[in-house]
Amino acid sequence: MARRATVALAVFLLGTGVAFSHAFLDHAEPRVGSTVKSPPSQVRAWFTQNLEPAFSTLEVVNERGERVDQGPAKADAANPALLQVLLKPLGPGTYRVKWRVLSVDTHITEGDFTFRVTREP
Amino acid sequence: MRSRRISVIATTALLSMALWPDLASAHGLAGKRFFPTTLTIDDPFVSDELSLPTFLLFKTPSDGEAPSSKTANISGEFSKRIFPNLGLTLAGEWNNLDPAPNDRTESGFGNFEMTLKYQFFTSAAHETILSAAFGWEAGGTGRKKAGAESFDVFRPALLFGKGMGDLPDALRWLKPFAVTGIVEGVLPSRSGNKSFTLNDDGDLEVEIEKNPNVFHWGFAVMYSLPYLQSFVKDVGLPAVIRQLIPLVEIDINNPLDRGFAGKTTGTVNPGIIWAGKYFQLGLEAVVPINERTGKVIGVRGQIHFFIDDIFPNTLGKPLFTWH
Repeated sequence: MARRATVALAVFLLGTGVAFSHAFLDHAEPRVGSTVKSPPSQVRAWFTQNLEPAFSTLEVVNERGERVDQGPAKADAANPALLQVLLKPLGPGTYRVKWRVLSVDTHITEGDFTFRVTREP
Repeated sequence: MRSRRISVIATTALLSMALWPDLASAHGLAGKRFFPTTLTIDDPFVSDELSLPTFLLFKTPSDGEAPSSKTANISGEFSKRIFPNLGLTLAGEWNNLDPAPNDRTESGFGNFEMTLKYQFFTSAAHETILSAAFGWEAGGTGRKKAGAESFDVFRPALLFGKGMGDLPDALRWLKPFAVTGIVEGVLPSRSGNKSFTLNDDGDLEVEIEKNPNVFHWGFAVMYSLPYLQSFVKDVGLPAVIRQLIPLVEIDINNPLDRGFAGKTTGTVNPGIIWAGKYFQLGLEAVVPINERTGKVIGVRGQIHFFIDDIFPNTLGKPLFTWH
């Protein structure tokens, strides 16, 4: 009886045995806070953990708050920690990338960053 | 009848507050801000985390007839969310005093401590957390010769955390700054301890050691390189460096009464935290603010585990969640 209880407790504590963590932005392309001369055709964001793509979003807005991406964002088939979205042709200006992601362990994290374009396409 | 009704309403209100869902509150998160667990100042958030061990090496100054003493302290702290916003922390410590007040080297466990904390406000947009806590140090549960007091100590506290991410973009280099802090009453259950000794003439002497009420306050100022790298500017830091959070913690005790009023003690604790996926490491210098606190710089270190990330589906989530 005691042995069964111990096993049950161990199963409860260890769960699936797989550990994951909150997903934070590791790096992005264009880089966070960067200034680029050529307008990018897409934004790619690498996270520290694998994502649930159906519940993860990546949006890009201009200074007036208008969407300039051709969403929805898609996860990379080969890399579940990479989220990417295509962009409409961008003119000079500052753009904000907003992300909200669900990691595979159900933790939600969110954030944003900007990049600047200096020249017309 | 009226008092019963008030009691039911109060209980319902308390349960509603405690059960209200708040996904962003786990793990010291408020919006984009990740607040690490600081080594000296209590955290403003509730969490499922384990600090084991925290060590402190410090030399206390001589006080009257008592000589200065090297103190080695090893402690552990387990925090568990009962509800998403209500957490319980259990803490214990082991002390080695060289010498102890009896002029011998003594070691043993300190008193057991328990703290109930309610995180009553979280603003993702303003990266702000507020919480209230009530701590209880159970007197007599540790070894008296190793410094454990025989009386209880109660600690009502208010705690806060504020990230600077809502500053205007013109001040973007300041956005990685954050501050956490505490204001706390340290209230002993007994005003003084009486001890009886025989003097050289064989007469009984009564010595009374006073236990003052103390106003304890402190804050930690930190600059988050992860925040800089992920939300402000990717400056190309190497992987290890971008996970560092340099900080300074100020920890002050102001005794209020019983002959100790004005005898402030405290430390300034500059250090650094490395935050990984499942645990963080911290190291600080412990610099006394005056000779009453000490004359020699000490050191404090900590290994801290994120239970909510290691066991996200079992031990790392609240015992009760409202859906």
